[in-house]
Amino acid sequence: MSTPSEPARKVIPITPVAPDASSAGEIISLYEAQKKIYPRSISGLFARWRWGMVFLTQLVFYGLPWFEWGQRQMVLFDLGARRFYIFGLVLYPQDFIYLTGLLIISALSLFLFTAVAGRLWCGFACPQTVYTEMFMWIEHKIEGERSARLRLDNGPWTFEKIRKKFFKQVVWIAVALWTGFTFVGYFVPIRELGSELLAFQGGWQIFWVLFYGFATYGNAGFMREQVCKYMCPYARFQSAMFDRDTLIVTYDPERGEQRGPRKKNVDYKAQGLGDCIDCSLCVQVCPVGIDIRNGLQYECIGCGLCVDACNTVMDKMQYPRGLIRYSTQNGVAKRWTQSQIFRRVLRPRVLIYSAVLVALCVAMLASLVVRTPLKVDVVRDRAALSRIVSGGKLENIYRLQIMNATEGEQRYRISARGLEGLEVASEADVDIGPAESRWVAVRLQIPYGSATPGSHAVQFDVQAVGAATHVTEKSVFLVPR
Amino acid sequence: MSDFTSNFWSVFVTTITLAGIIACGILLWMAGRKKVAATSDNTTGHVWDEDLVEMNNPLPRWWVWLFVITIVFGLGYLAAYPGLGSFTGKLNWTQKGEYEAEMAKAKTELEPLYARFASMKPEDVAGDPQAHAIGERLFMNNCAQCHGSDARGSKGFPNLTDNDWLHGGTPEKIRETLEKGRIGNMPPMAAAVGSPEDVRNLSHYVLSLSGSPHDSLRASLGKPKFAACAACHGMDGKGNQALGAPNLTDDIWLHGWGEAAITAMINNGKVNQMPAQAEKLTEAQIGVLSAYVWGLSNKQVAAR
Repeated sequence: MSTPSEPARKVIPITPVAPDASSAGEIISLYEAQKKIYPRSISGLFARWRWGMVFLTQLVFYGLPWFEWGQRQMVLFDLGARRFYIFGLVLYPQDFIYLTGLLIISALSLFLFTAVAGRLWCGFACPQTVYTEMFMWIEHKIEGERSARLRLDNGPWTFEKIRKKFFKQVVWIAVALWTGFTFVGYFVPIRELGSELLAFQGGWQIFWVLFYGFATYGNAGFMREQVCKYMCPYARFQSAMFDRDTLIVTYDPERGEQRGPRKKNVDYKAQGLGDCIDCSLCVQVCPVGIDIRNGLQYECIGCGLCVDACNTVMDKMQYPRGLIRYSTQNGVAKRWTQSQIFRRVLRPRVLIYSAVLVALCVAMLASLVVRTPLKVDVVRDRAALSRIVSGGKLENIYRLQIMNATEGEQRYRISARGLEGLEVASEADVDIGPAESRWVAVRLQIPYGSATPGSHAVQFDVQAVGAATHVTEKSVFLVPR
Repeated sequence: MSDFTSNFWSVFVTTITLAGIIACGILLWMAGRKKVAATSDNTTGHVWDEDLVEMNNPLPRWWVWLFVITIVFGLGYLAAYPGLGSFTGKLNWTQKGEYEAEMAKAKTELEPLYARFASMKPEDVAGDPQAHAIGERLFMNNCAQCHGSDARGSKGFPNLTDNDWLHGGTPEKIRETLEKGRIGNMPPMAAAVGSPEDVRNLSHYVLSLSGSPHDSLRASLGKPKFAACAACHGMDGKGNQALGAPNLTDDIWLHGWGEAAITAMINNGKVNQMPAQAEKLTEAQIGVLSAYVWGLSNKQVAAR
């Protein structure tokens, strides 16, 4: 995407952050205890979007296990029985390709969103963000706004402080346990799980509920932004997918500087000031505790809360919005308009991602639609190659694993073709229960001497009786010398 | 350590492992004590490769504690489990031990089940659905390699589903076969029969016994030669289960059918072996298995 005027070398769009004036010359250690971040709550367009995503994702997550589909849970990943129920689908380990497809689609979606709009996933949809948001909301409700929380934490342990902290922990633990319970409910039927847990049965299930509950509590209550900053692999490689036309949260220094406080209705431009009034609201609302005015930093999760904060202030000052806004590197550098920026969204990289993504989604849906709910594996007996049986017949023996992937009992008819006079000598019809598989010994015979010595390709046809389901599997028929 | 001629490698591995862990600990300690003066552009002043500067982004302290925990865990693990050369670890854990423990556990779990089968008559065990399922699995794992997964055998391996038995088909006889194995021995008889032409005639006579297609002139010429065979197969050719000599008058041909196959058998003889299973399987398993095999040819009694 580089024009000839630009240097060929890719410049990583990260600018050194200006330090606090106090830290220059200070003796620092390579490690330090983490400073706790006290994000201020803010309302606005992006805050609403974030909450919308919280509701959307959590309604699905907490709600889905409670729906029934016929005689079973609608979405259930039964690891013990190795059956995966998703709405009307029953998937088996043999359908692993669909999981692979899903993961590839997820990865490509991540590439696409990141190329277009930076760390959208991180800011709006990632469970880490969503649960942190929920836990911070609880904290905010119980302990109050940022300043109140700071006062509370720095203050002495009064009865009031103990009461608030205790109450907060109780609510946090309750939400975390419910989250763990819901998560395990995707793998164990949730209604039974509930009654089992109340009776303290099922050691492993209790363990996993506690495990995922603790993970939620620890990550959303305490680790928060540190997961994104120090642990998350996505965060590390998403920055590699940015280019100069990727939408990022930007501060417009040309417009904002010289920053400084001023009175309203003063001709601040005459004083040599820019639009930034240095109220530091954008820093206070930031969930990862950075100052966006120092440029794009690796910690930024692109949640847009500083945009909301700054727009609120700009409205109060009656300055135009957008001192901090979603824009691109090129957009800021070349003073582009919105439409110029959005025109660059449809660049080859994005189009290729989109095309591959659409193709994959279509392929996946198509293969799910035409999927046969029947699986057949043919295993030739390896030792007993062939034999002569009474009646002058030559016989080969196979074991067929027939797997009924429907949810009702089904009769299957086995036939074979590929050689003259080939017939199934064993029982041709087998009954297989719902979502069960059986090994069936099948004997094929041809008249002795009707085929040349060696191996001949044959095909097994397994046809569901009274249904259109039908599978063909290849094997070989051996004729001895 | 039995694997090597000296304990050099054991010492070598132990030294490298421990030195590596200790080196990690020292590195961590040194890095933790290091102090640098922050510069005004928020870097540590550390420049590498002309333009790579290390920025002042201190690692969180809990991350360091995680590192310490891994070192402690590693040392604890090496003390408990094998990992330091030939040192077996305090817990004396071995893969073989795990396997044996699991097998012993499975055995104790299955004991009451097998005890119930042992107290039943073999004919009843054959009819028990649970025993049938166990028998089928045992058969698939231990017998199907030769007798085929449907137990119908193939050339050289007897069919177990018909009523033609070389050594007898009672559950007791089958059990004996399973435990001790069998050697089927047909000596080369060409010298006792006579010329190659005699052998061919005899083959046709043998074919005539079961009413198979044959040359009746050759068969009548070969008939007197059958005296050499009658010692084992009987004058009427109906075989002898005490010797394991097959019945020649039925339509079942273990080692091939037709003049060529029979001629080859008379000329060369055959030693056929069923291996003994007493070493591989427990007595209880052999009991269930013999009932299962008996049930294969006695469907009216056996389950399903």
